[in-house]
Amino acid sequence: MRVLFLMIKENTNGNRTAKWLMIGPPLLFLLIFFVVPSLIMIVTSLRYPGEFGGLAPIITPAGKVSDGYGLTLEAYQFLLSNSLYAEIFLKSFGVAAVTTLICLIMSYPLALLITRSEKRFRNLMVLLVVLPLASNFLVRIYAWMIILGPESPLSHLINTILSVLGVAPLTLLFSPFAVLVGMVYVHLPFMVLPLYTNLEKHDPVLLDAAQDLGATSWQRFWKVTWPLSLPGVFAGSALVFIPVLGMFAIPEMLGGTGDILIGNLIKDQFLGTRDWPFGSALSIILTLAVLSIAGLTAWFTRQSGGMKYAE
Amino acid sequence: MRNRNFRLRIVATLVYAFLYIPLVIVVAYSFNNSRLNAEWVGFTLFWYETLFNNKEMLVAARNSLIIALSASILATALGTMAGLAIHRYKLKVLPIIVLSPVATPEILLGVSLLLFFLQVLNLTLGMISIIIAHTTFCIGFVAIIVRSRLQGMDWSIFEAARDLGASPWQCFHLITLPLIMPAVVAGALMSFTLSIDDFVITFFTKGVGEPILPIQIYTMIKTAVTPEVNAISTLLMLLTLAMIIIATKLDSGVLRGEVSR
Repeated sequence: MRVLFLMIKENTNGNRTAKWLMIGPPLLFLLIFFVVPSLIMIVTSLRYPGEFGGLAPIITPAGKVSDGYGLTLEAYQFLLSNSLYAEIFLKSFGVAAVTTLICLIMSYPLALLITRSEKRFRNLMVLLVVLPLASNFLVRIYAWMIILGPESPLSHLINTILSVLGVAPLTLLFSPFAVLVGMVYVHLPFMVLPLYTNLEKHDPVLLDAAQDLGATSWQRFWKVTWPLSLPGVFAGSALVFIPVLGMFAIPEMLGGTGDILIGNLIKDQFLGTRDWPFGSALSIILTLAVLSIAGLTAWFTRQSGGMKYAE
Repeated sequence: MRNRNFRLRIVATLVYAFLYIPLVIVVAYSFNNSRLNAEWVGFTLFWYETLFNNKEMLVAARNSLIIALSASILATALGTMAGLAIHRYKLKVLPIIVLSPVATPEILLGVSLLLFFLQVLNLTLGMISIIIAHTTFCIGFVAIIVRSRLQGMDWSIFEAARDLGASPWQCFHLITLPLIMPAVVAGALMSFTLSIDDFVITFFTKGVGEPILPIQIYTMIKTAVTPEVNAISTLLMLLTLAMIIIATKLDSGVLRGEVSR
């Protein structure tokens, strides 16, 4: 009995060492390089900006405690004082919403077709959706700079048609339209995947039952497939909406001078004007937006999941 | 029903075309004998020649390879531990900390690391800061791949080994590690491609010194667009494609081997 007890004890001791050998290194690394930097960002948003960018020094070169010492809500007040920033936030949400909607409209039929295809084709069809992600992000945007550029065959075609109709020629590139195309192109696979994963799990018996009860194909879709697919729709929407909200490279490369989103604003505060507190405040607001979207998605998913059992 | 699928098929074909035509165009114009990405003039390898004579581009490629190798080795080691720990121990905090960097918009990771490196570590931005930044978000991907492989496994084999007197270390390197090896290698390859392709986080943590591949491509696109960009894009595409194919082959290939055993 004692021997057994000792064995168990030794066992748990050994396990505890093994446990912390496993948990320790990744936890420590991410505490230092993810959690602490996030906290630093919060503190930075509450500090005074420096005269030449960055932060105000706590100790002046003369050795005195500077006026910039201490915390302030200045950056947030500045953010609220100018309606321009609210507009940019609103516009970013608008772009994210429209991108998500277009992705959903394009992805749903595709995901549905994949689930209805023969089993041996399904993996290949999914792989073909994901594969473009393997190409560099910049390359994918660059491709649209070529396609929408003024010398491209597409631009020529559209402008020839327009000139026949007597309308002034259009520039496709460097416009809100180009930004939207780029956003949809880069994020589309993220919508298809969760949709397919959800649709694949549906029991076909449900559709047969609905048909036996006299439901038309349209009714079968809206009363059976669509409500059951809502968790997939929400998951895909979050995966598209959140990264679009923080995107700065696509507006910068495909958009015109007026197509500024939150991401561009943040980028400029760190690599342009160097107003760190303001840039951090913008980042904090973006973080809060992302967290609330993630929370809402989780809530909606639970709601739609609960409905399934209630009915 | 047939009519419905027919309509779906048309939409699906259009979506696939939308996904692939842009990439085909980039590749095709890399062989075009014209400075403009407009008309097809004739076949040439001139742009690849220019590329291989571009000293700065070669340095950038070397730097990016060093960064991707270092970051993927670090991330694989840490991510494997995290994946094992998340699967083995019911912890609340670890999964949140490991997976958050994957779900966070890249710009936020970039900004917070930039502030951290400059304010707290007083580090001059460069290769080291980029390697750390890339490791931060790659850990999560490796952990996900390793954990999903562990999920399909029967935990009783580990208990059997322990009952038969294997030490925790023996149990790990004789049983656990060989079993998860394909996932570990797949995770390493994924990390490598994520690192070599990353633009946003690199952009924030790069500093001013060494040229890095994605930044170099970005500057080229922003300033003078020539088919040289198409050439480097095509080569990068081939590299990542190969990596991903190997990764998927590895994971599913050994899965089949396991069934036969």
